[in-house]
Amino acid sequence: MKRVGIPRGLFFYYYYPLWKSFFVNLGAQVITSAPTNCLTVQQGIDSMVDESCFPIKVYFGHIKELCREPIDYLFVPRIVSVERRSYICPKFMGIPDMVRARIKDLPPLIDTIIDYSRDNKMMDNEILKAGKLFTSKISRIRDAYQAAYKELQFCKALAGQGYTMAEAINLWEGIPQPRFNCDTHLTVGLLGHGYSLYDQNISMNIIDRLRSMGCKVVLPEELDKQAIESRAALLPKRIFWTLGRKMVGSALYMAQSQDIDGIIYVACFGCGPDSMVGEIIERKIAGKPYMLITVDEHTGEAGLVTRLEAFCDMLKRRRIRNGADHFSPHG
Amino acid sequence: MQITFPHMGNVHIAIKSLLEKLKLDVVTPPPITQKTLTMGIKYAPEFACLPLKINIGNFIEGLENGADTIIMAGGWGPCRFGYYAQVERDILQALGYRFKMIILEAPDSNISELFNQVKDLGENVTFWEVLKAVKFVWHQINAIDQMEKAYEYHLAYTSDKESADKILSTGLAALDNCFHKKDVDRVCSDTVTSLENLPRHNKPVLKVGLVGEVYTILEPACNFNIIRFLGHMNVEVTRSIYLPDWVNDHLFKGMLKKSNRKEVYKQAAPYLNYWVGGHGRETVGCTVGFARRDFDGVIQIGPLTCMPEIVAQSVLQRVSEEERIPCMTLYFDEHSGAAGVYTRLEAFIDMLERKAAAGLNIISGRIN
Repeated sequence: MKRVGIPRGLFFYYYYPLWKSFFVNLGAQVITSAPTNCLTVQQGIDSMVDESCFPIKVYFGHIKELCREPIDYLFVPRIVSVERRSYICPKFMGIPDMVRARIKDLPPLIDTIIDYSRDNKMMDNEILKAGKLFTSKISRIRDAYQAAYKELQFCKALAGQGYTMAEAINLWEGIPQPRFNCDTHLTVGLLGHGYSLYDQNISMNIIDRLRSMGCKVVLPEELDKQAIESRAALLPKRIFWTLGRKMVGSALYMAQSQDIDGIIYVACFGCGPDSMVGEIIERKIAGKPYMLITVDEHTGEAGLVTRLEAFCDMLKRRRIRNGADHFSPHG
Repeated sequence: MQITFPHMGNVHIAIKSLLEKLKLDVVTPPPITQKTLTMGIKYAPEFACLPLKINIGNFIEGLENGADTIIMAGGWGPCRFGYYAQVERDILQALGYRFKMIILEAPDSNISELFNQVKDLGENVTFWEVLKAVKFVWHQINAIDQMEKAYEYHLAYTSDKESADKILSTGLAALDNCFHKKDVDRVCSDTVTSLENLPRHNKPVLKVGLVGEVYTILEPACNFNIIRFLGHMNVEVTRSIYLPDWVNDHLFKGMLKKSNRKEVYKQAAPYLNYWVGGHGRETVGCTVGFARRDFDGVIQIGPLTCMPEIVAQSVLQRVSEEERIPCMTLYFDEHSGAAGVYTRLEAFIDMLERKAAAGLNIISGRIN
């Protein structure tokens, strides 16, 4: 049985069920790296250039970890675009080349090019190319992909019920997840790239921290996709980053929603799209409390906790005042 | 309509004459100074890349000098530049400036889109006049390029560096006032001849390739005038991007002259096998090209957090090892201390000199 390693980083949190099922359906065994920990971070920082963003460094740490496992292939896709005329980030487009240049003794890479920016034709060929490493039957590859796609839809449906993508993936794998049922008195919209939000190390566990402070956390995955797109379309120019457009659309949606008390945006230090998207959001959602948190390699959690506490305190006071005399705190 | 535009090296000469030929009133923003940068830094998002910050400074200075319209380029990603104009407009409007912003989007499919955009810009101009204007500006751009190339070459070999600097700046100023092809040709050949006639020294000259992001390479205010600094150290600089190539490849989709991009992409493989936006692939391809043409070293420059350049930087180490060429990366941002950058450049050049000297010794040792 052939073994495929999938690093637990970047688009793992959006597409793992699809990737895993695809390889398992073709008779392979899938191995993932452990959740991000100090060692992952250290190895990642050592092997990537300083100027890159933190999630990319963490991804390199996961690859380093998998290189020590007995695997036949390492799945490092080149994710160019997941929808028409939109991109993710230039760094995602160069990932396999960066990995080859910076990590020695790599197992053979499966560097599938995921590019839906023009049409689906190229993608079909790429799926077949990856599948042919395991079987020569084209129909079997197509079936494997179809079945895997259903698994992904199932997992996304779970995420729509208030679970984070990380929790949904755990549930999908059969690991029970505790339901957060504490009595919430605040609702906070939390935005950010999935690979930084759902990685507990990168985001310093921000989701659970907010929950334990009595906040109900609303994530972009829970919102209606159509509603997000229609809000994002209000901008004079279409945003050509898939995640950036999702963030702006979600922020505009949350800004209009009466239920949401405030919005927190988790950005990565040095992230190109975030530097623009964060600015656009800040200018477009006037009136809704908004906080931008930039995460990096730093490990001082106290700073984050203090800022979250201050933000929540502010929201609480605002709610009490609003409830008492209906004064707008900004008018 | 008083129209202003962002600076990028000596491009302002060409943009100004294009807009004037379209019968528009032009307000060239003042040259980039510390004041420009300070204003840009104050109002631009903290983590945006340096060109955006300088753009904002240019626009503010242009608007304060009486402009009421801004012309800016667009794009469709994945590099941030495509969304510059949108963010810049929001920032300037929030500051209370009243202006109209014209965004020229790069043509998706055919060249006539760009011509039409340019034509719509002008006031009562015919298609024929637009064509003539574009032709003249293309001529001017090539003249700028010839003068810059001659300067970069002769600066390394002459013993009178100050005169070389002066000849170029006088030449460019004269070019700014040319309205006919004949004048352009005269200014260009005069400048090149005077550069050729400068006294020469007979010290060894190193050859260094300068690769990286286009704005940082073309705009001296963005890179602490790295080309002049290296030239004064007897280093001949060859760039990966020249203005006519950039205009040809990006604005005219290779219609004006034959493009060498395919060749560059071929050289980038197997190090970088896919386009990564911006000039990432060109950076890697040109570095390989320089290595194979026996250059002494390569310097990569870009704005801090530039995504395509980070991709290129992370594969450059492998290129450096396998193609045997020393590489250095410098990022520029808000910092204004030139000494730090110059010290690093001096150290790099010292290293290259020593390496070149050692190489010569080995050869002569064998011969003797």
